[in-house]
Amino acid sequence: MKPALAYAAADGTFAATWLLLAFPAVGAAILLLGGRRANRWGPVLACLAAGAAFVLGLVLFAAMLGRAGDDRAISQHLFSWIPVNGFQVDAGLLLDPLSMCFVLLVTGVGTLIHIYALGYMAHDPNRRRFFGYLNLFVVAMLLLVLGNNFLALYVGWEGVGLASYLLIGFWSARPSAATAAKKAFIVNRVGDVGLSIAIMLMFATLGTTSYAGVLGGIGALGANSGTVTAIALLLLLGACGKSAQFPLQSWLLDAMEGPTPVSALIHAATMVTAGVYLIARSAPIFNLTSDGRLLVTIVGAVTLAIGAIIGCAYDDIKKVLASSTMSQIGYMFLAVGLGPAAYAIGILHLLTHGFFKATMFLGAGSVMHGMNDTVDMRRYGGLRTVMPITFWTFAMGYLAIIGFPGWAGFFSKDKIIEAAFDKGGTSGWVLGTVALIGAGVTAFYMTRLMIMTFFGERRWDPDAHPHESPAVMTGPMIVLALGSVISGFALTFGGGLQQFLEPVVGRSAEEGIHTISPTVLTLITLLVVAGGAAAAYRQYGTQAVPRTAPQAVSPVTVAARRNLYGDAVNESLLMRPGQYLTRALVFVDGRGVDGVVNGLAAGIGGSSGRLRHAQTGFVRSYALSMFGGAALVLAVLLLGRLG
Amino acid sequence: MTPTDIPAPSIAYGPLWPMIAVFLAAAIGVLVEAFVPARRRRPVHLVVALAGLTGGLVAVALVARNHHHPTLIAERAVAVDGPTLFIQGTLLLLGIAAVLLLGERSLDSTGGTFVAAAAVVPGSRGERQLTASSTMQTEVFPLAMFALGGMLLFPASNNLLLMFVALEILSLPLYLLAGLARRRRLLSQEAAVKYFLLGAFSSAFFLYGIAMLYGYAGSVDLGAIFTATGTVGSNDTLLYLGIALLSVGLLFKIGAAPFQNWTPDVYQGSPTPVTALMASGTKVAAFGALLRVFYVAFGPVRWDWRPLMWGVAILTMGVGAVLAITQTDVKRMLAYSSIAHAGFILTGVVALNRSGLSGSLFYLLAYGFSTLGAFAIVTLVRDADGEATHLSQWRGLGRRSPALAGIFALFLLAFAGIPLTSGFTSKFAVFSAAISSGATGLVVVGLIASAVAAFFYVRVIVLMFFEAPAPDGPTIAVPSVLTYGAIALAFAVTVVLGVIPGPLFTLADKAALFVR
Repeated sequence: MKPALAYAAADGTFAATWLLLAFPAVGAAILLLGGRRANRWGPVLACLAAGAAFVLGLVLFAAMLGRAGDDRAISQHLFSWIPVNGFQVDAGLLLDPLSMCFVLLVTGVGTLIHIYALGYMAHDPNRRRFFGYLNLFVVAMLLLVLGNNFLALYVGWEGVGLASYLLIGFWSARPSAATAAKKAFIVNRVGDVGLSIAIMLMFATLGTTSYAGVLGGIGALGANSGTVTAIALLLLLGACGKSAQFPLQSWLLDAMEGPTPVSALIHAATMVTAGVYLIARSAPIFNLTSDGRLLVTIVGAVTLAIGAIIGCAYDDIKKVLASSTMSQIGYMFLAVGLGPAAYAIGILHLLTHGFFKATMFLGAGSVMHGMNDTVDMRRYGGLRTVMPITFWTFAMGYLAIIGFPGWAGFFSKDKIIEAAFDKGGTSGWVLGTVALIGAGVTAFYMTRLMIMTFFGERRWDPDAHPHESPAVMTGPMIVLALGSVISGFALTFGGGLQQFLEPVVGRSAEEGIHTISPTVLTLITLLVVAGGAAAAYRQYGTQAVPRTAPQAVSPVTVAARRNLYGDAVNESLLMRPGQYLTRALVFVDGRGVDGVVNGLAAGIGGSSGRLRHAQTGFVRSYALSMFGGAALVLAVLLLGRLG
Repeated sequence: MTPTDIPAPSIAYGPLWPMIAVFLAAAIGVLVEAFVPARRRRPVHLVVALAGLTGGLVAVALVARNHHHPTLIAERAVAVDGPTLFIQGTLLLLGIAAVLLLGERSLDSTGGTFVAAAAVVPGSRGERQLTASSTMQTEVFPLAMFALGGMLLFPASNNLLLMFVALEILSLPLYLLAGLARRRRLLSQEAAVKYFLLGAFSSAFFLYGIAMLYGYAGSVDLGAIFTATGTVGSNDTLLYLGIALLSVGLLFKIGAAPFQNWTPDVYQGSPTPVTALMASGTKVAAFGALLRVFYVAFGPVRWDWRPLMWGVAILTMGVGAVLAITQTDVKRMLAYSSIAHAGFILTGVVALNRSGLSGSLFYLLAYGFSTLGAFAIVTLVRDADGEATHLSQWRGLGRRSPALAGIFALFLLAFAGIPLTSGFTSKFAVFSAAISSGATGLVVVGLIASAVAAFFYVRVIVLMFFEAPAPDGPTIAVPSVLTYGAIALAFAVTVVLGVIPGPLFTLADKAALFVR
């Protein structure tokens, strides 16, 4: 079960691993420091930098396939980072099958989003800065997945947080964007504290933060020991923050304030996948703690349910997609929480999700682009004929996410549901049922989105003149749509991805005992999905959609429209007590601490003013004081001698 | 007795070359003054002075490489050991930066910082003409070089008489230089006179102290005094009189309380490049001499003078930090800050152990460069009347010239002892040495004084960055490469010693052993 911890040295082609980081890093540096000169060619350079990293990723991937399965983890030592006694941290990279998956996803989908943004942001005056941040985002994410120790991961982790803050708040003139950026940053901090404490615990107990040392040595602490569980739970807290999982999910919806390519980047290629990566990377830790794993699955299940329910209620197309991300990441958490059996499935879903979610976000951006940046689906309708390419690519993403047979989601999501049931026992049934119902609800809200956007009567605003987007935008959409169709099949063909990941996360229990026969379960799932889609069609396809959201709705809908009171809970549990605490502290500080400090300062200032008078400017008084001083010195020495 | 009966002393000239190079350059400077046409004097002076200082630096490096064993040469009068070479290296580097500042002349529309003829009556018509003329008194270069030569000799003297000679060599040119400011002549002349009178007064104390010590030990050799303190039966009163009076002279030069009165007036009135030289070079040299006298000669009677030095250190830190708060002039504020720092370095002296010595050496280098850099920046902030030194004129400087204000802020943070600047590492070094020698109480006072001092440093930063600029505020003059070079050197040292202090600590630690 243990991953191979003897990493091969980076020689030959792999000596170029560091260039993966260098390309976008140089791009970001040139764009952000280059000033106005870079305005014209900067965005293209950013695309080239991301593209170069992707091409290099492909080359390395090919080279990796040429090596034996156990020999595929390549570690590259860069430099000695913190060489203090007893605390040795080397900056180094680790390229193994797991990080390779992420590298290809981040750079591949990332590059397509870069190209798309060329069209989407064509008229923005701060385009150069935007592309610089995009490159920065890619660097941070690559560092996160490529570091060979938890500290490097943490640096990347914070870098992702910073880049997301800058990008979500890119239109900082809008107060809502600035607030959303701040919210994302602060909620992420909560998770980051967990991660940082986890890293400190690792160092305190194991004396190292390198993957080789921690993951190889964690077994010595014993299964289910308190320390291991504590580390696992703290890592989970970190993962929840970055991946917008319950209870730290509230920032993701607000983060839609960023430009749409940013949303696509955050949701499909970077950021939210970091939590899944962290847990998959820490597989040896989670393997040792059944409580930790159970909590991961619970978090995943709860979030997938919350996300699915919220998704049904929103009229804002981007927020629907955002809730669906939350829900899909929930599936991934559920999968990686199931233990060695399902890590590969979780990663598989992550990859297919990367394709179809990016497709749909870019499609949504394309729709907004044609509709004067309107996001309210009640003002859409009948766009199928005006924006044919957007429609067809979006439809591919749609079929993939609901798990239509043959499309990507069918291969990944159904496997997760299956694996959840296979966990066995009550928890297996509960988790499996939640996942199954989640699939039905997903079908409902996605069908609703499709119908409200592309079908039915045209409920456009009078000044809307929808048109198809330029080729620079539709091109990436077509490529991603293709990925949404075939990626599921391609990655599972002959057990491809699972075998590829096996050296890192352990063997999948493909041949294990099934609670429900896979064929039967697939049929049930399809039925549930069909039911969800049909329900949506009955409500939105056969009746006219009102242009304003109806107010007389069920309490569930009201709750869902308010994020299931997630913000209210945050507010009453965290923000309010925090504010009271702050106020109390301010009071103590203002009256007590400041009183003392100000009193002291006034005292010192006063004595300073008085002492100043001794500085008369007359040489005679200076000489006198020198003489007095000399007399004093003499007296002290001689009297001290006598006494 | 004929003169030939006196045996000529044998002198090994090799290790003296750092000083010889500088004095030679100074002497050549005098010749340049006499024979080179006025138009070309400034560049020639610059080349000669820089060549002398660089030569001295090379000589220090060579001596350090070739003389592993510390020696006393020239009849035990000059000590060539670790501290001497470390301080001489520091002084030569500071000297190079200071000479660069002295040579600057693109700041003032009419020429350099120095007056064309110092003897003209302030306020007279002749003075106005001179202010408008573009000539300058190029004697500043040989004068500064003589002062630097004296500074090199001062901490190297193992013989009190030689030390006194060195003290006068370094002081006399400075008295003159203090009076040479082009603008605000009256203030400058007043500073020169005050400095001279009080300096002469303190020299008298110093000389009297030497006499007492000679009476006690029968010799002015530091080693002989050390030996005498170990023998029973000598007249102790003479010894303590000597220690006290000698201390007065030395404490005056480092600007320690209660002998600090002259510092703000002189620092404010002198031309700023000269102030930079005084605040860095003089302080380093005087501390070198103070360390040598107390470590080499007075070590055995430490229990008698340590309480005194405790008191002086506490008083100095307190006076410097407290009085700086109410200053409204940048140069005066920096003067009080230099007083407070003298107090901090004194804690390293009081420690009287090897880490105290190495910490003090490190502190002197770090502080010398920060303060030189700070004064260099003061020369750049100008209005129609010359330098704009009133703090209110510095309001909002960070918006007009973020880079310059940023560098000044870095120097202030270094003074305040904020980590990642040289100020933190050096304070840490002397304070930890003081604690290891049992002077915890002194360190507590030092920390409180640091906190008080941080207030007025940070206040200036706030003033520069968070307040709106005054409408008729000063302009930032664009200097030539000379001032840029000096500021860049100071900046680099301040940052590098804050981030990677290790190598210099090792060097200072290796150097921290006096020869007796």
